[in-house]
Amino acid sequence: MKPRILHAHPGIGPKVTGVALVAADYFSARYDLDRIKGVFSRPAHKLYGQPYVGRVLVLLGAKGGVATSWMLREMSERGLAPLALLLNTANPIMAQGAAFANLAFLDRFKGDVTAAIRTGETVTVDPVAGTVTLEG
Amino acid sequence: MRLTDIERAMLAGKLGEPRRWAIEQQMRVGRFFDAKDFVEVTQVHLMADTESLGDSGVRFLEELAAESEAERRVRVPTVTDPRGIDFAAYKRLKQTERMADLERRAIAAFRAMGVMMTDTCINYQTIMPPVRGEHLAFGDTGSTIYVNSVLGARSNFEGGPAALAAALTGRAPCYGYHLPEKRRGTAAFALKTRPQSLSDWGAVGGIIGRKLQSYWQVPVIEGIEEAPTSDELKHFGAALASFGTVALFHMVGVTPEAPDRRRAFGRRAPPRAKPITAADIRAFYGSYGAKGDKLDVVVFSAPQLSLVEMQSLAGLVSGRRIHSGTTLLAATSPEIKAACDRMGFTAAIEGAGGIVASGVCFYQMHAREIGEANGWRRLMSNSAKLVNIIGGYGYEPVLATMERCVDSAVAGKVL
Repeated sequence: MKPRILHAHPGIGPKVTGVALVAADYFSARYDLDRIKGVFSRPAHKLYGQPYVGRVLVLLGAKGGVATSWMLREMSERGLAPLALLLNTANPIMAQGAAFANLAFLDRFKGDVTAAIRTGETVTVDPVAGTVTLEG
Repeated sequence: MRLTDIERAMLAGKLGEPRRWAIEQQMRVGRFFDAKDFVEVTQVHLMADTESLGDSGVRFLEELAAESEAERRVRVPTVTDPRGIDFAAYKRLKQTERMADLERRAIAAFRAMGVMMTDTCINYQTIMPPVRGEHLAFGDTGSTIYVNSVLGARSNFEGGPAALAAALTGRAPCYGYHLPEKRRGTAAFALKTRPQSLSDWGAVGGIIGRKLQSYWQVPVIEGIEEAPTSDELKHFGAALASFGTVALFHMVGVTPEAPDRRRAFGRRAPPRAKPITAADIRAFYGSYGAKGDKLDVVVFSAPQLSLVEMQSLAGLVSGRRIHSGTTLLAATSPEIKAACDRMGFTAAIEGAGGIVASGVCFYQMHAREIGEANGWRRLMSNSAKLVNIIGGYGYEPVLATMERCVDSAVAGKVL
């Protein structure tokens, strides 16, 4: 099967390949994660209880709070960060956190990225090109 | 991005490694948001609690602080958001020596850079309120939305490393809410009932925030016939920013960029206003309710309390006794704490068995660890922002008025 390519605004961070974890929900490292156990810990979140470490997180957008800007790097240094973050719409905090942590990060897709990728699919995120390639 | 001579010098490392790191970070973010250039800022508000920083963040600060004084000093007045430890209260709250050590190291690094340790999220009430049109780099969602909306200043959310970078360069990438054309309304809401308490105002912020969920949305609120107080707008804005990642709102007839409906939306055709009713507010409370449950902790925080709120709390607890199975904690800024000490409010609250913490905010105090150490699960607060955040830390939150929170703290159960 031919790979599918999704187009976004050019992003931040390195090119990476990994397995997607997808939900039609929002994201904040402080509000949503147990950063010690490496799981979503907010009961109301659609990914509650799911491990996120090393996954390409695909979500609707950012939620309130500024702590993610520090936390992504700290999580990365402890080996408890996601591999990449893909959002329909970013806020500055996510971009600042990705820049500080050197985490692969994209937003402003053509269409809803949470509908275009399924959990478990292998994807390659290329922030310089602003693309996500879904392996066929 | 277009760079000036001094910005090029910073990028080339001619003004030292901290400023080279800072402007490089800012350019990565600026390019991401298609900023054409930088704008000089006059104040920086820096969020850097040690729970967020962690060991790696503190080490990073120490590396910057180890550079020469000329290279590490901030270029514009820079103040801090609440910290994770109140050294006068941390043992009572069962915070650890490891947390306190991390805090001491972070404070030493910030002081070496010339950062003023104000440790407050209500700097717009207590330190230096910005003025209309002033460009800032504010790094707390509550402070940013307040100064953008209520005071007409201009800032994006500048999270910890971004605010630190702005402090080192004296500028911020010019996009988003630095630009007049981005500050016009995009959504409309009509208040059909007058909120009666700070928690009601927070609930309204939460209701609107839940409907927006995008940083680039600017809600316009209509139907306010009498100007709210600073504390009411503080709770409203903090909840709106927390539930919706919103950084700017307009209130027709109240906030400076919305003298009337037409100017709130600029050239855009105003959308139809969605009503916010008393039933909506009741339903919002209903999503954070649990009458009859044993109550572990009552928290007044997020944002820190003003002097007026502290006076209200002191009046409510005066002559009463907090239940032995419940902890009551109020967090305020160091400046307000000193005033409360002087005016007897601290004595009233602590005399009733409560704790007044200074320079901290509950969710920034390693909330998961102190919850586990103290056996806290059921939490009650009049802060919609706090009940939104704290569920992810393992708490079961209840939202209520300050009066009901105090009555419940005395009873030891949720009333």
